[in-house]
Amino acid sequence: MSASEPALVSAPAVAPALAPPARRVGLLAATAAIMRKEMRVELRTLESVPGMALFAVSTFVVFHFALNRTSVSGSLAAGILWVTLLFAAMLAVNRLFVADAEQGGFDALLLAPVDRSALLLAKAGSLLVYLVALEVVALPAFALLLLGTSLGPGLGELIGVVALADVGLAVIGTFVAALAVRTRARDLIGPLIALPLLVPIAIGASRGTAPLLAAHAGTVQVRWLLLLGLYDLVFGLIAYAVFDFLLED
Amino acid sequence: MAVQEQAPPALVLEGVVRRYGEREALAGVSLTLRAGQTLAVLGGNGAGKTTLLRLLGTLLRPHAGRLTVLGSRLPAESWAVRGRIGMLSHEPLLYRELTSRENLLFHARLHGVREPRVDEMLAAVGMARRAQEPVKTLSRGMVQRVAIARTLLHEPELLLLDEPRANLDPAAGELVEELIGPGSDPARPRTRVLVSHDPRAGIAEADLVLGLRAGVPVLLAPAAAVDAEQVMELYR
Repeated sequence: MSASEPALVSAPAVAPALAPPARRVGLLAATAAIMRKEMRVELRTLESVPGMALFAVSTFVVFHFALNRTSVSGSLAAGILWVTLLFAAMLAVNRLFVADAEQGGFDALLLAPVDRSALLLAKAGSLLVYLVALEVVALPAFALLLLGTSLGPGLGELIGVVALADVGLAVIGTFVAALAVRTRARDLIGPLIALPLLVPIAIGASRGTAPLLAAHAGTVQVRWLLLLGLYDLVFGLIAYAVFDFLLED
Repeated sequence: MAVQEQAPPALVLEGVVRRYGEREALAGVSLTLRAGQTLAVLGGNGAGKTTLLRLLGTLLRPHAGRLTVLGSRLPAESWAVRGRIGMLSHEPLLYRELTSRENLLFHARLHGVREPRVDEMLAAVGMARRAQEPVKTLSRGMVQRVAIARTLLHEPELLLLDEPRANLDPAAGELVEELIGPGSDPARPRTRVLVSHDPRAGIAEADLVLGLRAGVPVLLAPAAAVDAEQVMELYR
């Protein structure tokens, strides 16, 4: 029998509904489920956070000896801190979707009755957790190896700058990781796309942090906080708007 | 297999085309499959069988033609059928570092399925005793059992099965037969699309047979009218 067999090939133009639509899982429930899975996989494999922390501490050690100074301060210190954190973050960005791409997590999510934004939220949330874990190790190491003092009175403001920069890093990192993961050269493509997009974060964070790390500690200029906040917001909205399309075939 | 003439169509394909670059992986597939029926998709490597399954599972978009699954037009109404499809593909869709139970719990949460169902399915596929072991430590047959549990966890209406008995020993084959076989749920028979490299077995449990060669549908007929020898031509 050929493919044009009339009895079986003919089809009604509109098929009647067969059953009620599938139950839909809420955005928060799906986000929590994915994030829980992410944390569990990371705790079991330790693929991201230890590598990031080790990279950051090693980089500070190299700077410590390469600069041949007892301590650094101001914009130089801020630059060293943020460039190191940025590159350390790239390690996690490159791995963010690898398990999903290689083990079918994408397909599982696309087959489930959940809003795909849940994946964006969960991955960005997970990356944020990794960054915080990185900074818990990296900031004291930075102070010890390169500041020669404790982070001191500016610590509260520093945490504010770090938090705003982390949100931007997490959103942009997730967005770029989703773009790069389906390419063959994802380890190269990820940083190549992410680093230019992260320049405003690097500028805002470095300029915002510099006075806090100066020999005579000052305060953060509000404009740098605004720049970071605005950039977080704009990229958050862009990522939310286009993330669905990144997952589409 | 009894053809349920009165049942509504579960799948309607009209001239469905899917390309990868310049190459047509599926070239104008048209068929109607009624609810509760089984379609066997046969063909050699690269015939387009997996592409067809991924189209039906909303994982790929057709480049031409009309595709209606469970009453919803794809890809526009994909959201309406997600969660009503169970897909068993070459990839088990399980995270290797997680245990079988953790994997099924993750899928249960994504499908809004309650936790007791996870244990029920693990027991059904004979994996309850090894439910706490990471998937990476299990044999391929065991992984396939867990993948079958994942596929059925949310009680899908449409099953897309790509070599479902691959890697299973005869005992496990019988076990899963009760779960995914044609008579697995007489009260609510599932519609099934079955990709098989065993033409005789595929025809035996099908209502309708689609034969593909290089993406082109070269055979479409009721299973009762198909001769296994005729189908073997597809593999030459």
